[in-house]
Order: sequence, then C-alpha cells, then structure tokens
Amino acid sequence: MNRNMKLASRILGTYAVIYVAYLYLPVLFLPLFSFNDSIYISFPLRGWTLKWYQVMLANEALHRALMNSLKVGITTALISTVLGILGARAVTRYRLPGQKPVVGVIMLPLVVPEIILAMALLILILRLGGSLGLVSIAAGHILICVPFAMVVLMSRFEGFDRSLEEASHDLGENSWWTFWRVTFPNVLPGIVASLLLTFTISFDEFIMAFFLGSTNPTLPVFMWNQLRFPKLLPGVLALGAYILIASVFIVLLAEWFRRRNASDTQTGDMIIG
Amino acid sequence: MNRRAPNPLEWLRTHLGRRPALRGYLLLSPTLGLVGALMCIPILAMGLMSFWQQTGHMSFDMSGTLQNYVEALTRDMYRVLFLRSLGISGLTTLATVVMAFPLAYFIAFYVKRHKMVWIILVTLPFWTSYLLRVFAWKVILGYNGAVNSGLISLGVIGEPLTFLMYNPTAVVITLTHAWATVAILPIYVSLEKIDRSVLEAATDLGDSPFMRFFRVVLPLALPGILAASVLIFIPTVGDYVTPSLVGGSDGYMIANVIQFQFSRGSNWPSGAAISLTSMTIVAVLVAAFAWSARRLSGRN
Amino acid sequence: MADAFIEIASVSKSFGNVTAVDNISLSIRKGEFFSLLGPSGCGKTTLLRILGGFEAPSTGKILIEGQDITHMPAHLRPTNMVFQNYAIFPHLNVEQNVAYGLRQQKLSREEQTEKVSAALAMVQLEGFDKRGADEMSGGQKQRVALARALIKRPKVLLLDEPLGALDKKLREEMQIELRMLQQQVGITFVFVTHDQEEALTLSDRVAVMNEGRILQQAPPRDIYERPSSREVADFIGKMNLLRGIVESIGEQVVVSSAELGSVSVNDNSQAVHPGDRVTLAVRPENLSLSDTPSTGGLPVTIAASAFWGHTTYYRINPEGVGTNTLDISQQDYRGSKNSGDQAWLCFNSSDFLLLKD
Repeated sequence: MNRNMKLASRILGTYAVIYVAYLYLPVLFLPLFSFNDSIYISFPLRGWTLKWYQVMLANEALHRALMNSLKVGITTALISTVLGILGARAVTRYRLPGQKPVVGVIMLPLVVPEIILAMALLILILRLGGSLGLVSIAAGHILICVPFAMVVLMSRFEGFDRSLEEASHDLGENSWWTFWRVTFPNVLPGIVASLLLTFTISFDEFIMAFFLGSTNPTLPVFMWNQLRFPKLLPGVLALGAYILIASVFIVLLAEWFRRRNASDTQTGDMIIG
Repeated sequence: MNRRAPNPLEWLRTHLGRRPALRGYLLLSPTLGLVGALMCIPILAMGLMSFWQQTGHMSFDMSGTLQNYVEALTRDMYRVLFLRSLGISGLTTLATVVMAFPLAYFIAFYVKRHKMVWIILVTLPFWTSYLLRVFAWKVILGYNGAVNSGLISLGVIGEPLTFLMYNPTAVVITLTHAWATVAILPIYVSLEKIDRSVLEAATDLGDSPFMRFFRVVLPLALPGILAASVLIFIPTVGDYVTPSLVGGSDGYMIANVIQFQFSRGSNWPSGAAISLTSMTIVAVLVAAFAWSARRLSGRN
Repeated sequence: MADAFIEIASVSKSFGNVTAVDNISLSIRKGEFFSLLGPSGCGKTTLLRILGGFEAPSTGKILIEGQDITHMPAHLRPTNMVFQNYAIFPHLNVEQNVAYGLRQQKLSREEQTEKVSAALAMVQLEGFDKRGADEMSGGQKQRVALARALIKRPKVLLLDEPLGALDKKLREEMQIELRMLQQQVGITFVFVTHDQEEALTLSDRVAVMNEGRILQQAPPRDIYERPSSREVADFIGKMNLLRGIVESIGEQVVVSSAELGSVSVNDNSQAVHPGDRVTLAVRPENLSLSDTPSTGGLPVTIAASAFWGHTTYYRINPEGVGTNTLDISQQDYRGSKNSGDQAWLCFNSSDFLLLKD
C-alpha cells in the first residue's frame, strides 16, 4: 500500500509542479518582452533594454488613466466594503426569513456574464438620461465587488464569537462602545482584506470600464486602446509587468490580513454553497 | 405611564428591539438596495427594451413586439454563435475541471504542511488582470508571437504558423488557461471536507484505492466539481475580451455580437433580446446539468 | 419572601412555539450560592440569560433588591456573567481583559493596576497580567473570566456551566475554590449546571429544573434525602424506583410491591388512598446484602457486581414475581459476592420514600 502511495505522490507532485508552471509561465512572457529592444515580439530577445519602461513612465495619457483607475478603485473599495460589512453583519447576526434567496441575489453578479451586467446598466443609465464616465464605471465595479466583500467579511464575522459582544455588554458597555472596543478590532483584518481585494478587482477590471466609460479611460481601457498600435506594444507590456507585480503584492497583503487571528477552516467555503 | 407624545426614535427602537429580523433587514437594506438598483432594475430595463425596436439613434418604437426574440432564435448567424459559444465554454469547462482535479486532489491529500501556501500560489493568478492574462496568449500564439519566433529561429519552420491564432481553438486554449485557477478552489474545498475516517472505513470494508476513488471520493467531491463547472461555464459563455483578442472572425462568440448591436450595429433592442436569450439558455442548461448530476450521484 | 434579594416572578420565555421557561417563580437570598440544576434543554441557561439581560422574558418580572430590572438593558444591570466558553477578548491581554469593565469608573492608572492585581490574586493568577489571550489553558481562561466579572463587585454573579469544559481533577479543585471565593466575597452566586454532584456540593440551595419548570427547590440535603417526585428522584443520585399499590393507610402507609412484598413506609407527606398506584423509592446505600438469612431478609440472586473502589455495586434479582432489578451499594470488601450467588436483602422501612408518579 505504501509503495503505491509513494508512487501516486510522486506522479501527482510532478503534475502539480507542471500545473503551476503552466499557470505562471504564459503570464511571465509579458514582462519578458517588455525588455525586448524591438517593437516586434521576437524570441529569443533581440537586445535587452529598459527604454520601454522610461517611455511608459513619461506618458501623460498613461498618468491620467492611472489616476482614473485609482479614483475608481478607491471609491469602489470603500463603498463595496462598507456595504459588505453591513450585509455580512446582517446575515451572520440575525436569523433572517428568506435569507438564502436574498444572499443568492446579492451573489448573482459573480455568475452573470459581465457583458450582460454592463449592457443592462448601460441601458438604464442612458434611458434615465444619465451620462457615462468614472461614476458609471464605479457603479458597475461596486456591483461586482460587493459579493466578494461580503464573502470575505461573512467568513470573518462567522468566526467571531458572539459571546464576546455579550460579555462586553455584561461588563457595562452599550452597543456603541461594544462595537468599537470589541467587534471592530476583531473584524478589522477582514475589513482591510476586503478593501485590498475589491480595489484590485476594480483596478484590473476591463469590461465595465470599457462599456460604461467615456473618453476618460481607466488603465485597462488605456492598455486596450494601445493594443491597436504595434509601435507601442512593448510599452504596454512594460505597463502590464508593473500592474502584475503590484496586483500580486496587494493580493498577498490582503491574504495576510485575512488570516490574522482567523481560523483556517473558512478559506474555501467562500465559493461553495 | 408616559404622558409625553411618543418619540419616533423611541418607538422605532422598541419596535426594532422586539423584532430582530426587522433589524437585520434594515442593516441589509443598503446592500440589497444597491444590488437591486444596479442589477435587478437594469436587467428589467433590458427586458423591457428587448420588446422595442430601434428607429434611430437613441429613439425607439415602444410598441411591444417579439421580433427581436424571433430573430435571436432563428437567424442562422445567431444560432451558429450560440452553439459556438456554448461549445467553447463547454470545452473550456471540461478542460479546466479535468486539469484542476488532480492538483486539488494532490493538495488535499498529499500535502501535509503549508497547504495554504499551495492554495495561495495557485489562486494568485486569478487576482491579476484578466486582460493581461488573455493578452499573454496573444503574445504567445500570434503571427509574430513567441511560438512562431521561437520555431523560426530554431529553424523548425520557415514561415509563421497561422492556425495558432484567430480561431475557436485559440479561444479555448486561452480561456482554459485564464480560468484554470477558478476551478481549483471549489474542488479543493469539497475534497478537503471529506472525513478521512470515511476513506479508512471504505478500505477496511474491502475497497481497493481505485474502487474507493470512484465509490467514495468522487461522489463526495461532486458538489465542488459542480460549483467549479458553474463558476466557469456561465462567465465564459459571455466572455468578450478573449474572442476579441485571439478569436478573430472565426472565433466570434455571442458577446461580440451583443457588443456590436450596442455600438455600430445600433440595434439595442436586438442586443437586449440576444443577451436575455443567451442568459436564459445558459441558466436552463446549468439547471438541467446540476439536476442530472445530483440524480446520478444520488443513484450511486 | 421578605428577605428576597433576587425575585423572579412568573417568568416565562418562548421561542416561537417552544416554551423554554414556563412560568417560573423563584426567590434567591442575599449572599446565597444558588444552583439551577437540570438536563440539557431544561431552560436553566435561558433563565440565567434572562437574569443577565441577554434574553427578554415573554412574561413576568425580575427584581433585584426590590428594583424592577425586567426591561433594563444588560449593560446597566447589577449582574455580571461568567460565560460557558469564557468569552475572553482575544485582542486584549489578561490585564486589559480584567480591567475591561472599569472604563466607566475613570480610575487613574495606579488605581486600575491595583484593582487588577487584587482581582488576579483572588483567583490565584498573580503575574498573569501581560499574558496574551491565546497563551492560556482552559482553567486559566476561566479564572480570568471570573476575575473580570468579580472586579466590578456586582450584586449578583451569574455562572453558566463554568466548569463544564475542564477535566475531572481540575473541575473538583475549581469547585472548592469557587465555594471558598463565594464565601470570601459574599456575593450572591447563581450557578447553572447539569452535574448534580456539583450542584449538591457547592450550593446553599438547589432548584431542579426540567422542561422549563422547577420541580423542587431546597437545600441539597433535602433534595437528596427527600426528593419530591419521581422525576427529581430519578435525576438526583442513584435511586431504586419500584411500582407499588397502596394497601392501607394509617400511622404508616403500607404499600405492596411485586418485588418486596408489603412495605410499611413512614412517609406521610403524600396524600394517598388505598388502591393508589405509587412509586417506592430507596437509595442503594440504604439496602444491604447479607450472607445469612435474617429476620425480614428477602432471598435474592446477584445478577452483577461492579467494584468502585470504596464501594461495590450489586444488581440483584429479587426472587419474587417482579421483573425489576435493584441496585445496592455496599462498603464490603470481604466476602465479595459474584454473579449467581444467593444472598439475603435487608432493608429498613423508614428509609423508603413514597412518591406519586
């Protein structure tokens, strides 16, 4: 029996390593070609240069797009996290009649194709005489980020012992003080994780930004526009490399916060059921 | 008793104090309200518009008609696109789930320490830009891309291969890679939840590891497999970025025609009808799939 | 009761159509160690939580020292609770946990530290001030919870099965400590437990509860020696229960049972008539076995025996018509009897209790 297990372990282990390589290698091509001393992609690289990074850094339009993405991202993160806190607390603290379908509705944006959500929002906004721009993009982003925020915060609230709040009341604190002295400190890591995660989702998001935006693009839309000009391709790749690294860093940070003082069992219950 | 006129705030507080469910819903209302305003109402608006007809730029004939739906369901082009999209998504879902399963199995059963490190490692790509991950394949498979340049400089081929790009195959390859990480987590969770002593019991009662896998592990992992399938199938059917970047006209999917109707094609009602039709078809398919999967595993 | 410190008047609590607490009235004296005893789900914890202000009663009133606190929110009540799972704040260390409830008193740094040290000393946790919440064992956490509650000098301390999660040896030690602590500080304790030994050991008075009602409330000795009903008798200690029919009443009540024949019981507490079905109750330690036939002894066969250290339990089959077995506990290491042996059962009628069903 043990010999079989060792063999299986070795096979599966090799598979795992190949799989992870498969996941990461294609994405690593982007930064690779951003060092290429040519506007054409070629393999092997024709010269090694950092000039594309300099070109990119000097680009005014890129700065504007970056600012737009930051504005939208921060707004989205704040609003969807606050809504996530309210929703998560409501669902975990109270026995609500009809809770499952209601939560299901809130989670729907996770599974409806984004293009449909974007088009529907587009229709409503234009029929109501509204205009497209950063605000409409933020609205779309908030819609798809709220489910993520809720999932992160629900698992945080669920792992939070209710008798801690009762103990605080018992010892003389009213609801307001209890929230700030007991609930908030214990939920804070989840809040930070939610902020970071929703920011990242918004920052990287393309579809809503493309269809609900105007001439003032966010960074992903800016990149998409650049794709039409092959001359600027390596610059886009350089930009892509930056964004990749920044995203990875933020996500790792978010994970670290999410796990602080939390129990390990809640990781993946996120998506199932 | 109290002679003062009832303070509305006090009245509210007592009433809410007595009905915790009410308080809960009050707390939930901003979130629910927002989702309603940004998703439910827009989709209703879309539904409404699907019965109109476009008469000019931003002007519509609002007498109700089923014309758009008839077209959506009968025009050859749309039918081809529906089927192609469903086919591409189906293949993608199958490929991602099948490829993810061994990895999830490995982490759940063979990794003793640092499980979390593996999980983070494997789910990290999901949080990076989708656009970039798709674009990476454009870079790899393109006419001037990595594969071609590499093969040319190695002398294997003289001219760049054209069949790598701008067809449904490229779309499937790209989608499979882009969505690979989504499949892992749900499958891993359901495998992790399996009580180890149940596996020991199966062995004790005479099952070989092979039999045990099919009789115990697979049925118990089914919820996770189902969840992963749904989470991949539904969004990929409506994917826009991938077919646009690597699909070409051969690899057009339903999202492309929807976008067309909303922009240059200038037929919003048609776009709305196609959107809702595809959403319904997908929903029905998924429901049927989930139901039959449950029945099958129940029988076993 | 005139000197009632805590008055619970006709309190009921329902959750939907489940009645957890059914019209309970209780009076608890000042400085008393009062226990609520009963099986899981009997309503004792609900009643405690009502006292603490974490559940609102559906009907009834609660008074402490004459003041109606029924609708007073939890944080204003003169009660403090030690929770079943301790509820130690994980983000604060021991000192901060214990000092938590002192915030409103606005003490100076030194005053607060002094009080905390005194409280920790009281529960024998000196020097634990800077420990983190996750660096303690269950027993230590429990004492921190105790110190945290007592430092506020509440009028009433509520304890929700505080010793449930501890192992037997620690539990027995803590029982002694708790009792001594209570007598030392003189605070009224309301203690909830399902462990009848614990309740009998610690309390001045015990209220036995089941299905939301109080079956009997009395000092431990009374409950043990004179349970008021079959339910209570069944719950407290081991008790032999036999069915019988009243034969005659007079100075003594004569009851005939299938296993023991006619038994004359001294218990006049129940109003019975000839022909009534009653339950005869006798504790195992009030029955004994002898090797030799003696006057009044019934021949019996030993069905099983269990050695318990200082006692041996015997299960016997009376050679009568009845199908019941009886349990006997005997301090008897000589002449240990085995299954199948014959012996003679001796008992004293005055040890029997009469219980209505």
